[in-house]
Amino acid sequence: MVNVRDIAGGVLDPELPQLTIDELGILRDAHAEGQRAVVTITPTYTACPALETIRADIATALRDEGWAEIDIHTVFAPAWSSDWITDSGREKLERAGIAPPGAMPETGVRNLPLLPPPAPRCPRCESTDVEQLSRFGPTACLALWRCRGCAEPFEYFKSHLSCG
Amino acid sequence: MSDFDTVLGLGDDVLIAAQRLAEWTSRAHDLEEDIALSNIALDLLGQARALLTHAGHLEGAGRDEDALAFLRDDRQFRNVLLVELPRGDFATTIVRLLFLSARLWERYTRLSQGEDATLAAIAAKAVKETAYHLDHAAQWTIRLGDGTEESHARAQRAVDEQWPYTFELTGESGRQAWLDRVVPVLDKATLTRPDPDPAFRPGGGRDGLHSEHLGYLLAEMQHLHRSHPGATW
Repeated sequence: MVNVRDIAGGVLDPELPQLTIDELGILRDAHAEGQRAVVTITPTYTACPALETIRADIATALRDEGWAEIDIHTVFAPAWSSDWITDSGREKLERAGIAPPGAMPETGVRNLPLLPPPAPRCPRCESTDVEQLSRFGPTACLALWRCRGCAEPFEYFKSHLSCG
Repeated sequence: MSDFDTVLGLGDDVLIAAQRLAEWTSRAHDLEEDIALSNIALDLLGQARALLTHAGHLEGAGRDEDALAFLRDDRQFRNVLLVELPRGDFATTIVRLLFLSARLWERYTRLSQGEDATLAAIAAKAVKETAYHLDHAAQWTIRLGDGTEESHARAQRAVDEQWPYTFELTGESGRQAWLDRVVPVLDKATLTRPDPDPAFRPGGGRDGLHSEHLGYLLAEMQHLHRSHPGATW
């Protein structure tokens, strides 16, 4: 049978199907315990509606490869961070027109008065002359930006603090 | 208070806040803000699901998140009154989000370092989402307060009307940390901070004594589940 880690790691994110859940940092662990496949995932956001689909997709992928006993656990700790998105995941995001998140060295809430968030680079023309259109986007993990260089709007995968 | 009561109260705060906030979906003044408020409501709902599930485990009586959310009547809810008040205009919603997020940020930060590992994990996750909500609410409060005559007047009214309810929200012990976070925003927004020691301080939510508004909210939220027990999508 194919390795549990390889099967679970190859499952695509339903919202961002360019990336695997491994590349997004959602897959925390996957291993075999005898005849049982044990997989642990963590949500990007507490309410991420894609999580149920991801669980179902992992189970289907494992069953297709012959695993009958499957345990899929969801854990909150340690809390997911956009820093966990792999280098290949970042490249794929950029190719899909989504600016990957910058590294977030900060911890804790920003002090007032408020500082602007770190600005992304346009995934199309690489210009840094960009502006935020909306802090929230079509999914919990995306924000809307616009490039003043090529005048195209684009999505930005929000940077997410590594620790609270 | 037992651990169950504490987690249930917090879970009810974010559940009811999520339900109120979701009333803005498809009704906000522009698409971006519509999406923003819906996103925040979804974050709060996710926190509520995790907290109520955990409360059910602590209670040990077999109640899951659905039983706690859909099968209790208003007198059994433990949320503070602030979150059940009608959503009002946009300024009311934003100022309430500022007040609530500032309190949630303090509570989640503390709980993330607590002894209950499950609760600490939920809180560590939620505090990051809450920081984003707090930032969003603060930016809008400043824009409204330091905006036009109309937006300033509405923001000030939103502060004045909801201020009395913040005493129940913060309690005595959490008051100063909350003020330290909220007052600089009000100052920057050119909004006047109301009487720091008012006689009118509505409360009772933690004991199940709610305003009439909660009943209407629950009727809408619970109707489907109660009319069609066990229904699934």
